Amino acid sequence: MRKIFSLIILIILALGVYICISEIPFGKPGTAVGNYYIEKGIEETGAVNIVTSIVLNYRGFDTLGEVTILFLASLGLGAILATVQNKTRGVITPPSLILTTACRFLFPFILMFGAYIFLHGHLTPGGGFQGGAIIASGFLLRYLGCPQKRIRQSSFVAIESLGGIAFIIIGLLGFTAGGFFLFNFLPKGVANTLLSAGIIPLIYIAIGLKVGAEMAGIIDTLIEES
Amino acid sequence: MDFLNNYIFYIGAFGLIFIGLYILLTRKNLIKLIIGLSIVDTGVNLLIICMGYLKNGTAPIFSRKGLNPETMVDPTPQALVLTSIVIGVAVLAMALSLAIRLYQHYGTLDMRKIKEQKW
Amino acid sequence: MIIIITSLVITMLAGAIAACALRDLLSAAIASCLVSLAAAILFYFLQAPDVAMAEASIGAALVTAILVIAIRRTERQE
Repeated sequence: MRKIFSLIILIILALGVYICISEIPFGKPGTAVGNYYIEKGIEETGAVNIVTSIVLNYRGFDTLGEVTILFLASLGLGAILATVQNKTRGVITPPSLILTTACRFLFPFILMFGAYIFLHGHLTPGGGFQGGAIIASGFLLRYLGCPQKRIRQSSFVAIESLGGIAFIIIGLLGFTAGGFFLFNFLPKGVANTLLSAGIIPLIYIAIGLKVGAEMAGIIDTLIEES
Repeated sequence: MDFLNNYIFYIGAFGLIFIGLYILLTRKNLIKLIIGLSIVDTGVNLLIICMGYLKNGTAPIFSRKGLNPETMVDPTPQALVLTSIVIGVAVLAMALSLAIRLYQHYGTLDMRKIKEQKW
Repeated sequence: MIIIITSLVITMLAGAIAACALRDLLSAAIASCLVSLAAAILFYFLQAPDVAMAEASIGAALVTAILVIAIRRTERQE
């Protein structure tokens, strides 16, 4: 009964969607605002990667909101799981020597790759969120490979707060220089070089550290009592 | 072939959305519902990226000289989807922590059994 | 090209159907990882490399890890 009812709902929904989508051709030219970003993006922001210039410059305030949501989610996760009474810690079977050594060997390289991704966010595909996720997956590998060693949660919290505060301070400095939040007050430099695009690399470093610490903290909180 | 060229991405995106909605409507296990939610999330992201695609376009990155701005795909949906993916994982982690707490409290993940307890 | 894309879409939908049908939650989580991975390659074909990287590193790696940890802390069968 339940399945038939939900199938009927889905069929009605599919019909409505089909009528809407048949009007929109696939692969037609983009919107006016997208064309504006492509044409003016480099001279206004200095970033070669247009997606980065939208995320951090044209819509930088949205990104601040996004980072706040991520912060609130990790905070709420800690608050929900912190009140667990029976902290039954399961028996940790020590992994083999090969696994431990390989994890220890790979861990700094994964961190380096993540840092490369968010440092070059304005030149190549990638950026703070992707680099942060790669750093967090490095910590995940470490938790799986060397379960005895734990990184203290307070260090994650410190890096996370530092990243968030750096983002807001860079944004507020824009008030003194140009009159609005997240104003690009540093020189834009030559396009396609590492030291270009003004404040965009600085914000991406802050976001990369913050996202990496946050995701690693989420994994740490979830894995803690299991 | 022409039909596939035009509609294959839409078929994928809507297939994901409908399968995810079917999971959400019929299953009773909380973790299964969360998996369905993440599948709907992926489908919606794919659909939004499809809206900005340009036939034979290039990625919106001026990585070398001589790239034509006219043939670049629309960068706005990509920026929005980037935001959406990151928020998606945060919401997923939050929902899973709630599911873990419910399991520790009631000893089950079945929605109907939890509902019977009148909390 | 279109053959690769079609087979990827079929893989993706098969992963989603498997996530719906499998009773074992761990298998369902791995199937949803397959969905994210295929979607990441499709994002690359749609000329969105930024989104493809985000989907591959967040959607395929971290979401699966979080799901597996949560399943380990609760029960495995639906």
